[in-house]
Amino acid sequence: MATKHSRASARIMISPAVILLLGWMLIPLSMTLYFSFLRYNLLMPGMEEFTGLTNYKYFLTDPAFFAALTNTILLVCGVLLVTVIGGVFLALLLDQPFFGQGIVRILVIAPFFVMPTVSALVWKNMFMNPVNGLFAHLFKFFELEPFDFLAQAPLASIIGIVSWQWLPFATLILLTAFQSLDQEQLEASEMDGAPWIKRFWFIMLPHLSRAITVVILIQTIFLLSVFAEILVTTNGGPGTASTNLTYLIYMQSLLQFDVGGGSAGGVVAIILANIVAIFLMRMIGKNLDA
Amino acid sequence: MARSVSTNRKLVTTFFAWVVGLAIFFPILWTILTSFKTEAQAIADPPIFFNFHWTLENYVTVQERSNYFRHFWNSVVLSGGSTLLGLIIAIPAAWSMAFVPSRRTKDILMWMLSTKMLPPVGVLVPMYLIFRNLGLLDTQIGLVIVLTLINLPIIVWMLYTYFKEIPGEILEAARMDGATLRSEILYVLTPMAIPGIASTVLLNIILAWNEAFWTLNLTAAKAAPLTAFIASYSSPEGLFYAKLSAASTMAIAPILIMGWFSQKQLVRGLTFGAVK
Repeated sequence: MATKHSRASARIMISPAVILLLGWMLIPLSMTLYFSFLRYNLLMPGMEEFTGLTNYKYFLTDPAFFAALTNTILLVCGVLLVTVIGGVFLALLLDQPFFGQGIVRILVIAPFFVMPTVSALVWKNMFMNPVNGLFAHLFKFFELEPFDFLAQAPLASIIGIVSWQWLPFATLILLTAFQSLDQEQLEASEMDGAPWIKRFWFIMLPHLSRAITVVILIQTIFLLSVFAEILVTTNGGPGTASTNLTYLIYMQSLLQFDVGGGSAGGVVAIILANIVAIFLMRMIGKNLDA
Repeated sequence: MARSVSTNRKLVTTFFAWVVGLAIFFPILWTILTSFKTEAQAIADPPIFFNFHWTLENYVTVQERSNYFRHFWNSVVLSGGSTLLGLIIAIPAAWSMAFVPSRRTKDILMWMLSTKMLPPVGVLVPMYLIFRNLGLLDTQIGLVIVLTLINLPIIVWMLYTYFKEIPGEILEAARMDGATLRSEILYVLTPMAIPGIASTVLLNIILAWNEAFWTLNLTAAKAAPLTAFIASYSSPEGLFYAKLSAASTMAIAPILIMGWFSQKQLVRGLTFGAVK
Protein backbone atom coordinates (compact mmCIF):
# COMPACT_ATOMS: atom_id res chain seq x y z
CA MET A 1 0.00 0.00 0.00
CA ALA A 2 1.16 3.46 -0.78
CA THR A 3 2.12 5.50 2.23
CA LYS A 4 2.02 9.26 2.53
CA HIS A 5 5.78 9.24 2.33
CA SER A 6 5.86 7.28 -0.91
CA ARG A 7 3.18 9.49 -2.43
CA ALA A 8 5.33 12.52 -1.88
CA SER A 9 8.39 10.85 -3.35
CA ALA A 10 6.32 9.56 -6.25
CA ARG A 11 5.43 13.10 -7.12
CA ILE A 12 9.07 14.11 -7.03
CA MET A 13 10.07 11.15 -9.19
CA ILE A 14 7.59 11.92 -11.91
CA SER A 15 8.17 15.65 -12.02
CA PRO A 16 11.31 15.80 -14.22
CA ALA A 17 9.53 13.92 -17.01
CA VAL A 18 6.38 16.02 -16.67
CA ILE A 19 8.18 19.35 -16.48
CA LEU A 20 10.41 18.57 -19.46
CA LEU A 21 7.52 17.43 -21.64
CA LEU A 22 5.43 20.38 -20.54
CA GLY A 23 8.22 22.75 -21.52
CA TRP A 24 8.80 20.90 -24.79
CA MET A 25 5.15 21.29 -25.62
CA LEU A 26 4.29 24.73 -24.31
CA ILE A 27 7.34 26.83 -25.19
CA PRO A 28 7.65 26.09 -28.91
CA LEU A 29 3.91 25.81 -29.31
CA SER A 30 3.19 29.22 -27.85
CA MET A 31 6.04 30.66 -29.90
CA THR A 32 4.55 29.20 -33.07
CA LEU A 33 1.20 30.66 -32.17
CA TYR A 34 2.75 34.05 -31.42
CA PHE A 35 4.83 34.18 -34.62
CA SER A 36 1.82 33.22 -36.69
CA PHE A 37 0.28 36.61 -35.93
CA LEU A 38 3.42 38.55 -36.88
CA ARG A 39 4.89 39.76 -40.10
CA TYR A 40 8.28 38.25 -39.48
CA ASN A 41 10.87 37.42 -42.11
CA LEU A 42 14.42 36.45 -41.18
CA LEU A 43 15.72 38.36 -44.18
CA MET A 44 14.23 41.58 -42.82
CA PRO A 45 15.17 41.62 -39.15
CA GLY A 46 13.70 44.38 -36.99
CA MET A 47 10.63 44.73 -39.20
CA GLU A 48 8.38 42.51 -37.11
CA GLU A 49 4.89 43.82 -36.56
CA PHE A 50 1.54 42.45 -35.52
CA THR A 51 -0.64 41.62 -38.49
CA GLY A 52 -3.52 39.67 -37.02
CA LEU A 53 -4.76 36.89 -39.24
CA THR A 54 -2.99 38.02 -42.42
CA ASN A 55 -0.54 35.09 -42.38
CA TYR A 56 -3.41 32.64 -42.11
CA LYS A 57 -5.24 34.35 -44.94
CA TYR A 58 -2.18 34.13 -47.19
CA PHE A 59 -1.39 30.57 -46.20
CA LEU A 60 -4.92 29.25 -46.60
CA THR A 61 -5.61 31.03 -49.90
CA ASP A 62 -2.25 30.13 -51.44
CA PRO A 63 -2.94 27.65 -54.26
CA ALA A 64 0.08 25.71 -52.98
CA PHE A 65 -1.78 25.10 -49.72
CA PHE A 66 -4.68 23.47 -51.49
CA ALA A 67 -2.31 21.35 -53.56
CA ALA A 68 -0.35 20.39 -50.46
CA LEU A 69 -3.50 19.51 -48.55
CA THR A 70 -4.72 17.31 -51.40
CA ASN A 71 -1.31 15.66 -51.68
CA THR A 72 -1.17 15.06 -47.94
CA ILE A 73 -4.57 13.37 -47.99
CA LEU A 74 -3.69 11.33 -51.08
CA LEU A 75 -0.39 10.29 -49.57
CA VAL A 76 -1.91 9.26 -46.25
CA CYS A 77 -4.87 7.44 -47.81
CA GLY A 78 -2.80 5.81 -50.54
CA VAL A 79 -0.27 4.41 -48.12
CA LEU A 80 -2.99 3.31 -45.71
CA LEU A 81 -4.85 1.50 -48.46
CA VAL A 82 -1.76 -0.38 -49.64
CA THR A 83 -0.42 -1.22 -46.20
CA VAL A 84 -3.69 -2.26 -44.56
CA ILE A 85 -4.92 -4.45 -47.39
CA GLY A 86 -1.44 -5.79 -48.09
CA GLY A 87 -0.87 -6.24 -44.38
CA VAL A 88 -4.03 -8.29 -43.87
CA PHE A 89 -3.12 -10.66 -46.66
CA LEU A 90 0.51 -10.91 -45.66
CA ALA A 91 -0.43 -11.58 -42.04
CA LEU A 92 -2.89 -14.21 -43.23
CA LEU A 93 -0.17 -15.86 -45.29
CA LEU A 94 2.52 -15.69 -42.59
CA ASP A 95 0.13 -17.07 -39.98
CA GLN A 96 -0.12 -20.38 -41.90
CA PRO A 97 2.37 -23.08 -41.03
CA PHE A 98 5.25 -23.28 -43.52
CA PHE A 99 8.95 -24.04 -43.64
CA GLY A 100 11.26 -21.22 -42.59
CA GLN A 101 8.65 -19.07 -40.84
CA GLY A 102 11.23 -17.27 -38.74
CA ILE A 103 13.43 -16.32 -41.67
CA VAL A 104 10.56 -15.11 -43.84
CA ARG A 105 9.26 -13.00 -41.00
CA ILE A 106 12.69 -11.39 -40.67
CA LEU A 107 12.74 -10.66 -44.40
CA VAL A 108 9.29 -9.06 -44.33
CA ILE A 109 9.93 -6.89 -41.30
CA ALA A 110 13.29 -5.57 -42.55
CA PRO A 111 12.16 -2.47 -44.53
CA PHE A 112 10.80 -0.92 -41.35
CA PHE A 113 14.32 -0.57 -39.97
CA VAL A 114 15.75 1.15 -43.02
CA MET A 115 16.17 4.86 -42.39
CA PRO A 116 13.90 7.02 -44.57
CA THR A 117 16.72 8.74 -46.43
CA VAL A 118 18.29 5.43 -47.40
CA SER A 119 15.11 3.82 -48.65
CA ALA A 120 14.13 6.93 -50.60
CA LEU A 121 17.55 7.17 -52.26
CA VAL A 122 17.81 3.48 -53.04
CA TRP A 123 14.37 3.48 -54.66
CA LYS A 124 15.01 6.75 -56.49
CA ASN A 125 18.37 5.84 -57.98
CA MET A 126 18.65 2.09 -58.16
CA PHE A 127 15.06 1.27 -59.05
CA MET A 128 13.20 4.27 -60.47
CA ASN A 129 16.01 5.96 -62.37
CA PRO A 130 14.85 6.09 -66.02
CA VAL A 131 18.28 5.15 -67.43
CA ASN A 132 20.09 2.87 -65.04
CA GLY A 133 17.38 1.80 -62.61
CA LEU A 134 16.28 -1.81 -62.36
CA PHE A 135 12.77 -0.89 -63.51
CA ALA A 136 14.26 0.74 -66.61
CA HIS A 137 16.15 -2.48 -67.36
CA LEU A 138 12.97 -4.44 -66.84
CA PHE A 139 11.00 -2.15 -69.16
CA LYS A 140 13.69 -2.44 -71.80
CA PHE A 141 13.59 -6.21 -71.48
CA PHE A 142 9.89 -6.15 -72.32
CA GLU A 143 10.58 -3.57 -75.03
CA LEU A 144 8.56 -0.85 -73.34
CA GLU A 145 9.28 2.85 -73.21
CA PRO A 146 11.31 3.77 -70.12
CA PHE A 147 9.19 5.53 -67.53
CA ASP A 148 10.55 8.35 -65.37
CA PHE A 149 8.66 7.52 -62.19
CA LEU A 150 9.57 10.52 -60.09
CA ALA A 151 9.02 13.03 -62.89
CA GLN A 152 5.87 11.57 -64.43
CA ALA A 153 4.14 10.15 -61.36
CA PRO A 154 5.93 11.73 -58.40
CA LEU A 155 3.23 11.36 -55.79
CA ALA A 156 2.39 7.78 -56.74
CA SER A 157 6.09 6.89 -56.61
CA ILE A 158 6.46 8.40 -53.16
CA ILE A 159 3.34 6.54 -52.04
CA GLY A 160 5.04 3.37 -53.26
CA ILE A 161 8.25 4.06 -51.38
CA VAL A 162 6.49 4.99 -48.14
CA SER A 163 4.19 1.97 -48.42
CA TRP A 164 7.22 -0.29 -48.71
CA GLN A 165 8.50 1.18 -45.44
CA TRP A 166 5.21 0.83 -43.57
CA LEU A 167 3.91 -2.50 -44.89
CA PRO A 168 6.05 -4.40 -42.34
CA PHE A 169 4.56 -2.41 -39.48
CA ALA A 170 0.99 -3.19 -40.51
CA THR A 171 1.86 -6.82 -41.15
CA LEU A 172 3.58 -7.29 -37.82
CA ILE A 173 0.71 -5.83 -35.81
CA LEU A 174 -1.97 -7.70 -37.75
CA LEU A 175 0.02 -10.91 -37.42
CA THR A 176 0.16 -10.40 -33.66
CA ALA A 177 -3.61 -9.93 -33.68
CA PHE A 178 -4.14 -13.07 -35.80
CA GLN A 179 -2.18 -15.13 -33.32
CA SER A 180 -4.65 -14.30 -30.56
CA LEU A 181 -7.55 -15.54 -32.67
CA ASP A 182 -9.56 -18.32 -31.09
CA GLN A 183 -8.65 -21.39 -33.14
CA GLU A 184 -11.54 -23.47 -31.81
CA GLN A 185 -14.07 -20.99 -33.08
CA LEU A 186 -12.52 -21.24 -36.53
CA GLU A 187 -12.51 -25.02 -36.41
CA ALA A 188 -16.13 -25.13 -35.32
CA SER A 189 -17.21 -22.94 -38.20
CA GLU A 190 -15.12 -25.04 -40.55
CA MET A 191 -16.87 -28.18 -39.39
CA ASP A 192 -20.21 -26.49 -39.83
CA GLY A 193 -19.22 -26.10 -43.45
CA ALA A 194 -18.61 -22.35 -43.62
CA PRO A 195 -16.60 -21.57 -46.75
CA TRP A 196 -13.23 -19.85 -46.35
CA ILE A 197 -14.46 -16.45 -47.47
CA LYS A 198 -17.21 -16.46 -44.86
CA ARG A 199 -14.83 -17.51 -42.12
CA PHE A 200 -12.54 -14.68 -43.19
CA TRP A 201 -15.31 -12.11 -43.38
CA PHE A 202 -17.31 -12.99 -40.28
CA ILE A 203 -14.69 -14.30 -37.86
CA MET A 204 -11.20 -13.15 -38.80
CA LEU A 205 -11.94 -9.61 -39.99
CA PRO A 206 -14.06 -8.63 -36.97
CA HIS A 207 -11.31 -9.99 -34.73
CA LEU A 208 -8.80 -7.81 -36.59
CA SER A 209 -10.89 -4.66 -36.55
CA ARG A 210 -9.28 -3.31 -33.41
CA ALA A 211 -5.74 -3.93 -34.66
CA ILE A 212 -6.62 -2.39 -38.03
CA THR A 213 -7.90 0.74 -36.31
CA VAL A 214 -4.70 1.02 -34.31
CA VAL A 215 -2.62 0.58 -37.46
CA ILE A 216 -4.60 3.26 -39.28
CA LEU A 217 -4.40 5.79 -36.47
CA ILE A 218 -0.71 5.33 -35.68
CA GLN A 219 0.33 5.32 -39.32
CA THR A 220 -1.73 8.44 -39.97
CA ILE A 221 0.15 10.29 -37.25
CA PHE A 222 3.47 9.42 -38.88
CA LEU A 223 2.30 9.76 -42.47
CA LEU A 224 1.06 13.31 -41.94
CA SER A 225 4.69 14.19 -41.25
CA VAL A 226 6.42 12.43 -44.16
CA PHE A 227 9.39 14.63 -44.94
CA ALA A 228 12.74 12.98 -45.70
CA GLU A 229 11.33 10.86 -48.53
CA ILE A 230 10.13 13.98 -50.35
CA LEU A 231 13.26 15.97 -49.59
CA VAL A 232 15.64 13.47 -51.19
CA THR A 233 13.50 12.29 -54.09
CA THR A 234 11.53 15.14 -55.66
CA ASN A 235 11.99 18.21 -53.46
CA GLY A 236 8.23 18.51 -53.62
CA GLY A 237 8.19 18.88 -57.40
CA PRO A 238 7.69 19.07 -60.22
CA GLY A 239 5.87 22.26 -59.23
CA THR A 240 3.87 21.25 -56.20
CA ALA A 241 3.02 17.81 -57.54
CA SER A 242 4.52 16.02 -54.55
CA THR A 243 4.54 18.74 -51.89
CA ASN A 244 2.74 17.77 -48.72
CA LEU A 245 1.88 20.10 -45.84
CA THR A 246 5.02 19.30 -43.88
CA TYR A 247 7.19 20.01 -46.89
CA LEU A 248 5.31 23.21 -47.76
CA ILE A 249 5.80 24.60 -44.27
CA TYR A 250 9.46 23.58 -44.34
CA MET A 251 9.94 25.48 -47.61
CA GLN A 252 8.15 28.53 -46.34
CA SER A 253 10.03 28.73 -43.05
CA LEU A 254 13.55 27.51 -43.75
CA LEU A 255 13.95 28.20 -47.48
CA GLN A 256 12.00 31.46 -47.74
CA PHE A 257 12.72 32.53 -44.15
CA ASP A 258 9.07 33.52 -43.72
CA VAL A 259 8.71 32.83 -40.02
CA GLY A 260 5.20 34.28 -39.79
CA GLY A 261 3.80 32.35 -42.73
CA GLY A 262 5.54 29.13 -41.74
CA SER A 263 4.16 29.42 -38.23
CA ALA A 264 0.63 29.94 -39.49
CA GLY A 265 1.10 26.77 -41.55
CA GLY A 266 2.43 25.01 -38.48
CA VAL A 267 -0.70 25.88 -36.51
CA VAL A 268 -2.86 24.53 -39.34
CA ALA A 269 -0.84 21.29 -39.38
CA ILE A 270 -1.21 20.93 -35.62
CA ILE A 271 -4.98 21.33 -35.83
CA LEU A 272 -5.22 18.71 -38.56
CA ALA A 273 -3.05 16.24 -36.64
CA ASN A 274 -5.11 16.77 -33.52
CA ILE A 275 -8.27 15.65 -35.23
CA VAL A 276 -6.65 12.27 -35.87
CA ALA A 277 -5.01 12.20 -32.48
CA ILE A 278 -8.28 12.54 -30.58
CA PHE A 279 -9.57 9.30 -32.07
CA LEU A 280 -6.32 7.48 -31.38
CA MET A 281 -6.20 8.66 -27.78
CA ARG A 282 -9.73 7.42 -27.16
CA MET A 283 -8.79 3.95 -28.40
CA ILE A 284 -5.69 3.73 -26.27
CA GLY A 285 -7.41 5.29 -23.28
CA LYS A 286 -10.09 2.63 -23.34
CA ASN A 287 -7.39 0.01 -23.26
CA LEU A 288 -5.83 1.48 -20.12
CA ASP A 289 -8.81 0.50 -18.01
CA ALA A 290 -8.71 -3.11 -19.12
CA MET B 1 -5.75 -28.48 -30.59
CA ALA B 2 -3.27 -27.77 -33.31
CA ARG B 3 -4.75 -28.23 -36.71
CA SER B 4 -3.05 -30.83 -38.83
CA VAL B 5 -2.10 -29.51 -42.21
CA SER B 6 -1.35 -31.65 -45.22
CA THR B 7 2.27 -31.52 -46.35
CA ASN B 8 1.10 -30.48 -49.78
CA ARG B 9 -0.61 -27.39 -48.52
CA LYS B 10 2.34 -26.57 -46.34
CA LEU B 11 4.64 -26.73 -49.36
CA VAL B 12 2.41 -24.40 -51.35
CA THR B 13 2.29 -21.91 -48.48
CA THR B 14 6.05 -22.18 -48.12
CA PHE B 15 6.50 -21.30 -51.77
CA PHE B 16 4.26 -18.23 -51.67
CA ALA B 17 5.55 -16.98 -48.34
CA TRP B 18 9.15 -17.16 -49.54
CA VAL B 19 8.35 -15.43 -52.84
CA VAL B 20 6.60 -12.57 -51.04
CA GLY B 21 9.27 -12.37 -48.35
CA LEU B 22 12.10 -12.21 -50.85
CA ALA B 23 10.24 -9.63 -52.96
CA ILE B 24 9.82 -7.33 -49.98
CA PHE B 25 13.42 -7.82 -48.91
CA PHE B 26 14.79 -7.48 -52.42
CA PRO B 27 15.64 -3.73 -52.38
CA ILE B 28 17.77 -4.28 -49.29
CA LEU B 29 19.40 -7.38 -50.72
CA TRP B 30 20.10 -5.56 -53.97
CA THR B 31 21.68 -2.64 -52.09
CA ILE B 32 23.95 -4.99 -50.17
CA LEU B 33 24.96 -6.86 -53.33
CA THR B 34 25.59 -3.64 -55.26
CA SER B 35 27.85 -2.32 -52.53
CA PHE B 36 30.36 -5.07 -53.41
CA LYS B 37 30.37 -4.35 -57.17
CA THR B 38 32.39 -1.96 -59.27
CA GLU B 39 30.51 1.09 -60.55
CA ALA B 40 30.33 -0.42 -64.04
CA GLN B 41 28.88 -3.68 -62.77
CA ALA B 42 26.41 -1.79 -60.60
CA ILE B 43 24.61 -0.33 -63.62
CA ALA B 44 25.15 -3.27 -65.97
CA ASP B 45 22.24 -4.26 -68.17
CA PRO B 46 21.16 -7.05 -67.79
CA PRO B 47 21.76 -6.75 -64.03
CA ILE B 48 24.39 -9.01 -62.49
CA PHE B 49 23.24 -10.87 -59.41
CA PHE B 50 26.01 -12.95 -57.91
CA ASN B 51 28.70 -13.73 -60.44
CA PHE B 52 30.66 -10.52 -60.22
CA HIS B 53 34.09 -9.80 -58.81
CA TRP B 54 33.39 -8.97 -55.15
CA THR B 55 35.28 -5.92 -53.95
CA LEU B 56 35.48 -3.84 -50.78
CA GLU B 57 36.77 -0.83 -52.68
CA ASN B 58 33.52 1.18 -52.31
CA TYR B 59 33.61 0.98 -48.55
CA VAL B 60 37.16 2.32 -48.54
CA THR B 61 36.27 5.13 -50.94
CA VAL B 62 33.21 6.21 -48.97
CA GLN B 63 35.25 6.47 -45.78
CA GLU B 64 38.15 8.30 -47.45
CA ARG B 65 36.05 10.77 -49.35
CA SER B 66 33.46 11.78 -46.83
CA ASN B 67 34.77 10.74 -43.46
CA TYR B 68 31.98 8.23 -43.04
CA PHE B 69 32.89 7.25 -39.51
CA ARG B 70 32.39 10.73 -38.14
CA HIS B 71 28.73 10.56 -39.20
CA PHE B 72 28.48 7.01 -37.94
CA TRP B 73 29.87 8.16 -34.60
CA ASN B 74 27.35 11.05 -34.55
CA SER B 75 24.53 8.55 -35.03
CA VAL B 76 25.90 6.42 -32.18
CA VAL B 77 26.20 9.43 -29.87
CA LEU B 78 22.75 10.78 -30.74
CA SER B 79 20.84 7.52 -30.41
CA GLY B 80 22.85 6.24 -27.44
CA GLY B 81 22.89 9.56 -25.64
CA SER B 82 19.20 10.27 -26.09
CA THR B 83 18.29 6.75 -24.98
CA LEU B 84 20.43 6.95 -21.85
CA LEU B 85 19.14 10.39 -20.93
CA GLY B 86 15.59 9.24 -21.62
CA LEU B 87 16.01 6.21 -19.33
CA ILE B 88 17.34 8.32 -16.47
CA ILE B 89 14.29 10.57 -16.67
CA ALA B 90 11.75 7.85 -17.47
CA ILE B 91 12.59 5.11 -14.94
CA PRO B 92 11.59 7.18 -11.87
CA ALA B 93 8.50 8.46 -13.66
CA ALA B 94 7.41 4.97 -14.71
CA TRP B 95 8.16 3.67 -11.22
CA SER B 96 5.91 6.22 -9.60
CA MET B 97 3.07 5.65 -12.06
CA ALA B 98 3.23 1.86 -11.87
CA PHE B 99 3.63 1.45 -8.11
CA VAL B 100 2.15 4.57 -6.56
CA PRO B 101 -0.73 5.26 -8.93
CA SER B 102 -2.96 8.21 -8.17
CA ARG B 103 -6.20 9.37 -9.66
CA ARG B 104 -4.31 11.43 -12.18
CA THR B 105 -1.91 8.73 -13.39
CA LYS B 106 -4.02 7.80 -16.36
CA ASP B 107 -4.42 11.41 -17.39
CA ILE B 108 -0.70 12.03 -17.15
CA LEU B 109 0.01 8.97 -19.30
CA MET B 110 -2.48 10.08 -21.92
CA TRP B 111 -1.15 13.59 -21.88
CA MET B 112 2.41 12.37 -22.38
CA LEU B 113 1.22 10.37 -25.34
CA SER B 114 -0.49 13.42 -26.77
CA THR B 115 2.82 15.30 -26.98
CA LYS B 116 3.91 12.60 -29.41
CA MET B 117 1.02 13.53 -31.70
CA LEU B 118 2.34 17.02 -32.22
CA PRO B 119 3.50 17.22 -35.84
CA PRO B 120 7.18 18.23 -35.72
CA VAL B 121 6.74 20.75 -38.50
CA GLY B 122 4.33 22.66 -36.24
CA VAL B 123 7.21 23.69 -34.01
CA LEU B 124 9.95 23.75 -36.64
CA VAL B 125 10.26 27.55 -36.71
CA PRO B 126 10.58 28.18 -32.96
CA MET B 127 12.91 25.19 -32.51
CA TYR B 128 15.13 26.46 -35.30
CA LEU B 129 15.22 29.96 -33.78
CA ILE B 130 15.82 28.68 -30.24
CA PHE B 131 18.65 26.49 -31.51
CA ARG B 132 20.15 29.35 -33.50
CA ASN B 133 20.01 31.77 -30.58
CA LEU B 134 21.48 29.30 -28.11
CA GLY B 135 24.18 28.25 -30.55
CA LEU B 136 22.85 24.69 -30.57
CA LEU B 137 22.46 24.34 -34.34
CA ASP B 138 24.62 21.52 -35.66
CA THR B 139 25.73 20.35 -32.21
CA GLN B 140 25.44 16.87 -30.75
CA ILE B 141 24.10 18.07 -27.42
CA GLY B 142 21.23 20.00 -29.01
CA LEU B 143 20.08 17.00 -31.00
CA VAL B 144 20.45 14.64 -28.06
CA ILE B 145 18.02 16.88 -26.15
CA VAL B 146 15.48 17.00 -28.98
CA LEU B 147 15.63 13.25 -29.61
CA THR B 148 15.26 12.57 -25.89
CA LEU B 149 12.17 14.72 -25.71
CA ILE B 150 10.46 13.30 -28.76
CA ASN B 151 10.99 9.73 -27.60
CA LEU B 152 10.46 10.25 -23.88
CA PRO B 153 6.70 9.47 -24.04
CA ILE B 154 7.42 6.11 -25.71
CA ILE B 155 10.09 5.24 -23.14
CA VAL B 156 7.82 6.12 -20.20
CA TRP B 157 4.94 4.17 -21.71
CA MET B 158 6.94 1.04 -22.45
CA LEU B 159 8.60 1.03 -19.04
CA TYR B 160 5.23 1.61 -17.40
CA THR B 161 3.68 -1.43 -19.09
CA TYR B 162 6.68 -3.59 -18.11
CA PHE B 163 6.79 -2.32 -14.52
CA LYS B 164 3.07 -3.03 -14.15
CA GLU B 165 3.83 -6.72 -14.55
CA ILE B 166 6.16 -6.76 -11.55
CA PRO B 167 4.36 -7.50 -8.26
CA GLY B 168 4.52 -4.46 -5.98
CA GLU B 169 4.88 -6.71 -2.92
CA ILE B 170 8.49 -7.40 -3.77
CA LEU B 171 9.30 -3.71 -3.68
CA GLU B 172 7.35 -3.36 -0.47
CA ALA B 173 9.32 -6.18 1.12
CA ALA B 174 12.53 -4.39 0.21
CA ARG B 175 11.17 -1.22 1.78
CA MET B 176 10.28 -3.13 4.96
CA ASP B 177 13.84 -4.35 5.12
CA GLY B 178 14.90 -0.73 5.24
CA ALA B 179 15.87 -0.11 1.61
CA THR B 180 15.88 3.54 0.62
CA LEU B 181 13.94 4.63 -2.42
CA ARG B 182 17.12 4.94 -4.40
CA SER B 183 18.28 1.41 -3.64
CA GLU B 184 14.74 0.11 -4.09
CA ILE B 185 14.73 1.34 -7.67
CA LEU B 186 18.38 0.68 -8.45
CA TYR B 187 18.86 -2.73 -6.83
CA VAL B 188 15.40 -4.30 -6.68
CA LEU B 189 13.24 -2.94 -9.49
CA THR B 190 15.81 -2.38 -12.23
CA PRO B 191 17.37 -5.88 -12.15
CA MET B 192 13.92 -7.45 -12.28
CA ALA B 193 12.86 -5.28 -15.17
CA ILE B 194 16.03 -5.81 -17.22
CA PRO B 195 14.27 -7.61 -20.12
CA GLY B 196 11.69 -4.82 -20.35
CA ILE B 197 14.31 -2.11 -20.09
CA ALA B 198 16.43 -3.85 -22.72
CA SER B 199 13.64 -3.91 -25.26
CA THR B 200 12.78 -0.30 -24.48
CA VAL B 201 16.40 0.64 -25.12
CA LEU B 202 16.49 -1.33 -28.33
CA LEU B 203 13.34 0.23 -29.75
CA ASN B 204 14.42 3.69 -28.74
CA ILE B 205 17.83 3.36 -30.36
CA ILE B 206 16.11 2.26 -33.57
CA LEU B 207 13.73 5.23 -33.53
CA ALA B 208 16.49 7.72 -32.74
CA TRP B 209 18.85 6.25 -35.33
CA ASN B 210 16.28 6.58 -38.10
CA GLU B 211 14.79 9.93 -37.06
CA ALA B 212 14.92 12.08 -40.15
CA PHE B 213 13.11 15.33 -39.52
CA TRP B 214 15.04 17.07 -36.78
CA THR B 215 18.35 15.53 -37.74
CA LEU B 216 17.96 16.88 -41.28
CA ASN B 217 16.77 20.33 -40.25
CA LEU B 218 19.00 21.08 -37.27
CA THR B 219 22.37 19.81 -38.49
CA ALA B 220 24.77 20.85 -41.22
CA ALA B 221 28.17 19.19 -41.32
CA LYS B 222 29.61 18.75 -37.85
CA ALA B 223 26.87 16.91 -35.98
CA ALA B 224 25.14 15.35 -38.98
CA PRO B 225 24.25 11.71 -38.31
CA LEU B 226 23.89 9.07 -41.00
CA THR B 227 20.37 10.13 -42.00
CA ALA B 228 21.68 13.55 -43.02
CA PHE B 229 24.89 12.13 -44.49
CA ILE B 230 22.95 9.80 -46.78
CA ALA B 231 20.64 12.66 -47.78
CA SER B 232 23.69 14.45 -49.15
CA TYR B 233 23.88 11.68 -51.78
CA SER B 234 20.61 12.87 -53.30
CA SER B 235 22.49 15.05 -55.78
CA PRO B 236 24.76 13.70 -58.54
CA GLU B 237 26.84 11.60 -56.15
CA GLY B 238 23.84 9.32 -55.78
CA LEU B 239 24.40 8.17 -59.32
CA PHE B 240 27.48 6.27 -58.17
CA TYR B 241 25.36 3.30 -57.23
CA ALA B 242 28.08 1.16 -55.75
CA LYS B 243 29.25 3.89 -53.39
CA LEU B 244 25.69 4.88 -52.50
CA SER B 245 25.04 1.23 -51.71
CA ALA B 246 28.13 0.89 -49.57
CA ALA B 247 27.20 3.98 -47.55
CA SER B 248 23.59 2.78 -47.24
CA THR B 249 24.56 -0.73 -46.19
CA MET B 250 26.76 0.58 -43.41
CA ALA B 251 24.01 2.96 -42.30
CA ILE B 252 21.29 0.33 -41.99
CA ALA B 253 23.21 -2.79 -40.96
CA PRO B 254 23.45 -2.16 -37.20
CA ILE B 255 19.79 -1.22 -36.91
CA LEU B 256 18.61 -4.08 -39.07
CA ILE B 257 20.30 -6.52 -36.73
CA MET B 258 18.95 -4.81 -33.61
CA GLY B 259 15.50 -4.62 -35.14
CA TRP B 260 15.36 -8.33 -35.80
CA PHE B 261 16.05 -8.98 -32.15
CA SER B 262 13.32 -6.62 -31.01
CA GLN B 263 10.49 -7.45 -33.39
CA LYS B 264 8.19 -8.76 -30.66
CA GLN B 265 8.60 -5.73 -28.40
CA LEU B 266 8.20 -3.46 -31.40
CA VAL B 267 4.47 -4.14 -31.58
CA ARG B 268 3.98 -3.36 -27.94
CA GLY B 269 6.13 -0.25 -28.00
CA LEU B 270 4.74 1.29 -31.14
CA THR B 271 1.10 0.71 -30.32
CA PHE B 272 1.51 1.93 -26.73
CA GLY B 273 0.24 -1.38 -25.45
CA ALA B 274 -2.95 -1.27 -27.51
CA VAL B 275 -1.90 -4.49 -29.29
CA LYS B 276 0.06 -7.11 -27.40
